[in-house]
Amino acid sequence: MKKELRLTVNGEAHELYVKPKSLLMDVLRDQLGLIGAKRSCDTNTCGACTVILNGMAVHSCSILALQANGGEVLTVEGLAKKTELHPLQKAFLDYGSVQCGFCTPGMLMSAKALLDKNPTPTKEQIKEAIDGNLCRCTGYNSIVRAITAVVNGEYKEEK
Amino acid sequence: MIRDFEYFAPKTLEEALSLLDKYRETCKVISGGQSLLKLMRAGLITPQYLIDIKGMSELDYIKSEGKNGLKIGALTTHRAIEESPMIQNGFSTLVEMERILAFIQIRNWGTIGGNLCHADPAQDPAPVLMALNAKLRASSLKGERTIAIEDFFTDYLKTALEPNELLTEIQVPAVPPHTGTAYTKFNIIENDLAIVGVAVSITLSSGTDVCQDVRIALGASAPTPMRAKGAEGVLRGKKVTDDLLTEAGEKASAEAEPLSDINASAEYRRQLVKILVKRMGKEALTRAKQA
Repeated sequence: MKKELRLTVNGEAHELYVKPKSLLMDVLRDQLGLIGAKRSCDTNTCGACTVILNGMAVHSCSILALQANGGEVLTVEGLAKKTELHPLQKAFLDYGSVQCGFCTPGMLMSAKALLDKNPTPTKEQIKEAIDGNLCRCTGYNSIVRAITAVVNGEYKEEK
Repeated sequence: MIRDFEYFAPKTLEEALSLLDKYRETCKVISGGQSLLKLMRAGLITPQYLIDIKGMSELDYIKSEGKNGLKIGALTTHRAIEESPMIQNGFSTLVEMERILAFIQIRNWGTIGGNLCHADPAQDPAPVLMALNAKLRASSLKGERTIAIEDFFTDYLKTALEPNELLTEIQVPAVPPHTGTAYTKFNIIENDLAIVGVAVSITLSSGTDVCQDVRIALGASAPTPMRAKGAEGVLRGKKVTDDLLTEAGEKASAEAEPLSDINASAEYRRQLVKILVKRMGKEALTRAKQA
């Protein structure tokens, strides 16, 4: 029996019908075609499925879609403004923070959730924010450098 | 693959308790689901009905009751506890514990009540709440009862809750004067589940090094989180010295009932209990002297 789910994703309101067992990740990827959040470990461990729900970074593989009912979701697809990349995305490119790229959407969303709440985090706070995101290329240093560059104002958001 | 189930999202406690009373063993309650969904995905739990209480805001609160301590609603998230000035001020061991509990993503969505009801002995909150002498409030349509936290865990992943009962509140009494509390866990990967976790709370008689009261709680050292009452007996009423803490560690190690698993052998866990009880005893003592 499908249930109604109202969800705002990247600023766009959706009215969907989902199975109760559908995970937030399933709905984003399979019903809305937003494949930025990765289906990876599927066990609440690797962070590749991280999205921002109601202002908080969460693992979309470990939340029932219906639990997000009435909520606002931001995925990596919602970061750029039309053709203008988000400062974090620009920094990730410039600092070589993308190797195989699989962890990148999750890393970006964890970093975005951090900077939205605390625009001037310490290096320790940056590391803590991406602690729940695994990078199997082990490119952590370049990711921390990119986030630090945004914190230091090297990249400004286009108005 | 998660098996299909019928889904309810009650808005009030009354509604949730009615559903629980109706479906009992055929249903499961989900709050944050950070542990439950893993078991459901693995096919280890296949409820016919799922009662989703995550949106029930009446159980999401942190209240200071002054001399009567602290009341935490069962649906309070780990992150809310971690960031609460009220908890930092007087119950900072809870904040220290939350900071090393999994990752921000999980702490943002997972709840303290869900964590306790999952009853995994390797989880962090239970030992700390045992050291703090917490009580749990459970509700059913018939009424309410209070359960001491050391009576809550009955076996691996099992609790004392009846099928029609819901955990609603965690009650932490005010910390007595001259008390220090400390928690640590040993693991290979930072913020992973504990291979062994140890919480110690020591209350000193005013102006002395004499242990007036002590609570020692172990995580991942038995099928349930447990009090090490023998080790407490070693310290109670005595002047706390290094030698005495060593003896308490040995006693705790003997009374633990650790299991062997992929993370560590039972023997290794016993060794960890011995060392960590001594270390946390020392830390709690230092803090008690400053309190």
